[in-house]
Amino acid sequence: MTPNLEQLTADFAALVARVSRPVNPTDTNTGQETRATTEPAPVAKIAPAVPPPPASPVQTVDPLLKGFNFDATVASAQVIEAAQILDRAGFAIDAVTGVDWIALNEMEVVYDFFHPTVSLRAVVRTRVPRAQPEVPTISSVFPGANWHERETHDFFGIRFLGHPNMKPFLLPEDADFHPLRKDYQP
Amino acid sequence: MIAPKDLIPVGSSGQGSQETFVLNLGPQHPAAHGVLRVLLTMDGEWIQHAEPIIGYIHRMHEKMGENRSWAKFLPNTSRIDYLSAMHYTHAFVGAVERAAKIEVPVRAEYARVITSELNRISSHMVWWGALLLDLGGFTPILYAFDDREKILDLLEGLCGARLTYCYYRFGGLYNDVDDAFLKGTRDFVKHMQPRLKMYRDLVTDNIILRKRLEKIGPISAEMCRRYGATGPVIRGSGVAYDVRRAEPYSVYPKLDFKIPVYHECDSMARYLVRMDEMEQSLRIIEQALDLIPEGPFIGKVPRVLKLPVGDTCYAVEAARGRFMVRIVSDGKEIPYRVKLRAPSFSNLSLYEEASKGMILPDALAMMGSLDLVIPDIDR
Repeated sequence: MTPNLEQLTADFAALVARVSRPVNPTDTNTGQETRATTEPAPVAKIAPAVPPPPASPVQTVDPLLKGFNFDATVASAQVIEAAQILDRAGFAIDAVTGVDWIALNEMEVVYDFFHPTVSLRAVVRTRVPRAQPEVPTISSVFPGANWHERETHDFFGIRFLGHPNMKPFLLPEDADFHPLRKDYQP
Repeated sequence: MIAPKDLIPVGSSGQGSQETFVLNLGPQHPAAHGVLRVLLTMDGEWIQHAEPIIGYIHRMHEKMGENRSWAKFLPNTSRIDYLSAMHYTHAFVGAVERAAKIEVPVRAEYARVITSELNRISSHMVWWGALLLDLGGFTPILYAFDDREKILDLLEGLCGARLTYCYYRFGGLYNDVDDAFLKGTRDFVKHMQPRLKMYRDLVTDNIILRKRLEKIGPISAEMCRRYGATGPVIRGSGVAYDVRRAEPYSVYPKLDFKIPVYHECDSMARYLVRMDEMEQSLRIIEQALDLIPEGPFIGKVPRVLKLPVGDTCYAVEAARGRFMVRIVSDGKEIPYRVKLRAPSFSNLSLYEEASKGMILPDALAMMGSLDLVIPDIDR
């Protein structure tokens, strides 16, 4: 199936619309109000400037300015469905990674996809609370996500529920720290 | 400490059936091309399950990115995949230039293309020599390294480094390409074209090589897609995916080159893709040498570089496939997050599935055809 941006936007808009409010109260994705109420973590000495929430959870962007065409923010429970939409559209997994937004007390999980035959790049994001960073694994849809998720777990401590092999990956086997968390002290 | 139970790989029953045994390949093994360890569950000569274990040369470049300025992180990027440092620095400077909207002079873009393609050839030569070494042929690596030396000399004259080049700067280059380099590169292209023909006569058409690579290690296009494998691996599976075409960057759209594609999906297909790519790189270099204009080699760049808040991606076609940098800025002088998407990482991740049921020497030939650089995987 050859994807086009309109179809992708429609599919994701339908997906996002199904959850009118976050799946659990702390699981926020776009709400400005929710952000205001989250308490900043005490360790953040200088609060980072946080990018403003997207005008719409599903948007197309100029690839010459950003490096990708499509940017969607979904609830953490929806990442498998999001991956399935992209899988059906013929996308390939590019990378999975995290960003620690400590000032918001949230972790962002970023899924990158590229298309092997069409010049399209898609980004899917979700936010999870720092206290309970859990998101379902998409390794059943894209087996390549298996390693990326293990790496993200190593670096951020984000737990990928249902992952078949969540063992230490790049860090030493006795590592009990997550170095890319902003409150990590070596 | 590794407990004995950890030696039982995932996927095996752990019962220790009388037919299988566990074989530990690496982390110090010549065929593993660096410190890669593969835990193999063998059924006699046949691989039942192979689990790559990585992280032995992990340096946490992504963390280093978060405690130094944008410019100071630049040399790090040339040490990820040390065989294609030009491409990796290109991706990072490209990401910063895209975010900060820095204009790059045309002369610098052409110089980047010339040096990147030279680097691609030198990287493929290391792969070629090492693969043949894996397969038991000692002579080819001597030819490859002899020719590669000429590229290293050229690039050393430009930026002082022979391997971990840090030649690109935000907005341009570290210094201008001089006449000696341009003439030397022209001479090299003339020298290299007949050498590639000789490589073909000497090695590619050799019946022993064909029997070791043909129909060995099939990787389908669908498998590449599900694992995110790119570069010569996906192009050997019949998909013409090349970042230089899919997400055009620099002056590649102005240059005429073919993307070599083979549909056999086997190790030989991946071999032939790389051999053809060297020819195409020479074609690109020739055109770029004709087209490179006079002019400045670096644009206007602010002394203190602060990027706007938000994230930006930039991908390049490195020698091993798609290398992407995702930078996240919070408006300060140092990055908030740098994600490095390494091609060898994804290319190796399919090894577990692809090597099932192969005999060990074939699996090692397939590993050679993936062209792994372990520091690239571990970062």
